[in-house]
Amino acid sequence: MATLGRACLILAFVIALYGVGAGLVAWRSGRRDIAASARRSVYALAGVLTVAMIILESAFLRDDFSFATVAGHSSHTTPFFYKAAAVWSSQEGSLLLWVWLLAIWSSLALFLTRKRMRDVTPVATAVLAGFAAFFAGLLVFFASPFEVLGAVPADGSGLNPLLRHPSMMIHPPMLYSGYTLFTVPFAFAIGALVTRRVDAEWITATRRFALAAWLFLGIGIILGARWSYAELGWGGYWAWDPVENASLLPWLTGTAFIHSIMIQEKRGMLKVWNVSLVLATGILAILGTFLVRSGILDSIHAFGASTLGVPFVVLIVFLLVLSIGLVAWRSSLLRSEHGIDSFLSREAAFLFNNLLFVGMAFVVFFGTFFPLITEAFGERRNVGPPWFDRIIVPLAIGLVGLAGIAPLISWRRVTRGNLRRNVAVPLGFGVLVAAVLTAVGGVAHKPWALAMFALAGFLIAGVVQEFARGARARRAMSADSWPLAMVSLVRRNRRRYGGYMVHVGIATLFVGVAASSAFQHARDVRMRPGDTAHINGYDVRYAKPLGRVVVRDGRVERIDLGSQLVVSKGGHVLRTLSPTRGYYPADAPFAPVSGMFSGEPESQVQMIAGLRRDFWTAVQPELGPLRRDMALYDKAIRVLAQRGAPVDKQVLAFRIGLQRIVDDYASGRPYSTFRLISSPLVAWIWIGGIIVFGGGLVSLWPAPDGARRRATAGYAARVARELGRA
Amino acid sequence: MDPARKRRVRLVVALTTALLLAGALVYTSVSASTEARSPSQLLASAAPGRSYQVTGKVVDGSIRQRGAETLFRVRDRNGSASIPVAYTGAVPDPFANGREVIVQVHKSGNGFVGERDTLVTKCPSKFTAKN
Repeated sequence: MATLGRACLILAFVIALYGVGAGLVAWRSGRRDIAASARRSVYALAGVLTVAMIILESAFLRDDFSFATVAGHSSHTTPFFYKAAAVWSSQEGSLLLWVWLLAIWSSLALFLTRKRMRDVTPVATAVLAGFAAFFAGLLVFFASPFEVLGAVPADGSGLNPLLRHPSMMIHPPMLYSGYTLFTVPFAFAIGALVTRRVDAEWITATRRFALAAWLFLGIGIILGARWSYAELGWGGYWAWDPVENASLLPWLTGTAFIHSIMIQEKRGMLKVWNVSLVLATGILAILGTFLVRSGILDSIHAFGASTLGVPFVVLIVFLLVLSIGLVAWRSSLLRSEHGIDSFLSREAAFLFNNLLFVGMAFVVFFGTFFPLITEAFGERRNVGPPWFDRIIVPLAIGLVGLAGIAPLISWRRVTRGNLRRNVAVPLGFGVLVAAVLTAVGGVAHKPWALAMFALAGFLIAGVVQEFARGARARRAMSADSWPLAMVSLVRRNRRRYGGYMVHVGIATLFVGVAASSAFQHARDVRMRPGDTAHINGYDVRYAKPLGRVVVRDGRVERIDLGSQLVVSKGGHVLRTLSPTRGYYPADAPFAPVSGMFSGEPESQVQMIAGLRRDFWTAVQPELGPLRRDMALYDKAIRVLAQRGAPVDKQVLAFRIGLQRIVDDYASGRPYSTFRLISSPLVAWIWIGGIIVFGGGLVSLWPAPDGARRRATAGYAARVARELGRA
Repeated sequence: MDPARKRRVRLVVALTTALLLAGALVYTSVSASTEARSPSQLLASAAPGRSYQVTGKVVDGSIRQRGAETLFRVRDRNGSASIPVAYTGAVPDPFANGREVIVQVHKSGNGFVGERDTLVTKCPSKFTAKN
């Protein structure tokens, strides 16, 4: 099977190279048959890579440890669900996932545009096939997932315990879908520049892909944050780590792009800006993939000094030169058809929103690469999370304010009547939120958080007003019930109302972030059974230690050591929490018992989660007092082995030793260090993410067909007339 | 004002604003940054009271618990020079012997004190380089 897998990769590499050549020949010659052949080569690529993906996936599910990557990232005791996800926990597996998703999305994009933009698509096909050739080349020449081991081990190393979380099953495919989908508008932008077709058609053709890329990447980022919060044992969801930042960069420029293309579609403006944004987003997506693998920046995600750094640098430099050269070459064609009439207009709000997004991206880029920039001047220095917070928070507040006002003001120029009619009520609500929170909420001493809450209130009130007005107009025409009018309104203008839902989701998410970071109480405390800690009105009593040996399929999977905590508030017991720490075995043949405690540990966090507040706990048991017993049992097992005792007897001694250590721990009075966190409104971060996802899906959903669109336009005109009369 | 002149004025204002903002960004980042050092560099020259970010590997067998403190040594990635670090608080899950860590420290006596919540341990098995 490994041979077939290798053959698939080589074939994929060859097909991708053919796709590049055929696309370029079709562009130069204008021959449609060659363009169709290039397009079909991308379909074939998707087929071949699907076979390769199935081979690797089935090797993981079958525990085929003859594959080096399976032996290194899975084991008999890895749960089935996580065996499927383990494919992308390795360097080579994740690269295969990348190029497979690229081929799938490229095929879809080329299929949907097969009868449109016949001059642009051959170049776009060549660009997409070029990306595929690069990644397939990496898999063929640098990091093959189909390497086989000479001696097949009886068991594998297992999946890193930290990755055993449901979010991790979805997080990488979501991120990679985002990255790879951004290559579609990138490729079409290159095609449009090369063929001088720089009107809005390439934007219309790829807008949905940009939106899908933005949505997938955003959901991937939120899932990563959720994983960090629930799994990593530090209680945070964002650390401004270089690899986190790498995923945020294309998301920020992509968000700017999906806003500014509306200006080009409606008013023929910002052409240079749009094309530059989409090219930058495509390059930043590749940069993100590079950062994850190069090890050039110190990150919580260790990726080692990989050999893949140089090819990625070559690719990024090539893409940069190509992009800048093309934009400069076609600058005369990229002139705006109109100018901004007034800085108090919807297009100006969009422009400022774009500047803020790009400004944020620049800040994140600058902070992420600051160590390399300063090293070039002599001394390597780093900036930490407080620096990012200090600069990004005001920009984010500005963004929420602009997202609130932009949908309410008119194109071209705001009038006093427009302001009074559309802005007064939401603004009043925002002011009311600020006043109430200042008077009774106790947030006046956190001005940034207060500003975020007030502006989020303004934004949400504005969106509610827009929905209510639209539904009222709909009811005036059709006498539908309110819910039906609302559904009908959204169905008829999915892009607009889906966008509003996304705004509400982002505002909700930012409220959660502002509240949980500004009003969080965190404490690390060392306790033994019977001790009580106090934090933010909560009393946490360490009731008793816990311990168990977890066996799966007849093998010891891990040891869980933890504590039972009784959490009370005002004398009332709220819940009993049992945070534990799982210890997974390390490869230690001469010290099997202590080896169980020197592998990968994993915090099993416990919390009281609620809409108003999360109370979060993690534990770190002190293993020092257990070391003596571990050494004793290790020695006993070694003696048995030296005396030639049967293996099952040695296994029995190992099991007895482990069980006794765990029992001693659970019946003793061991010290543990606890992290206790009380954070308000964290749940709203995840709820905001779900709203964003829902709004994004509404925006992405295919529009009604041409006939329905015409009917909708007629309906809109009628509504406008009615409103004018009202 | 004629449109060409208006465009020029806007461009000058925009560029000046961008330059001022970039200058402010550089200033705040330099003033808020910490020096990144290897253990051998800290051994050679570390001023008491000053904060440094050290990157290296946890020396095998050096991890000990002393009350709420975790004591360990950090060595150069490719070398044996090491410094003792006393860290208070919860350590990240992947923290272990031989693991690569990043931690903010300041010199105290003959050793170094790790600053709370600054210990970052690299995630070990994701995309590790081939041996």
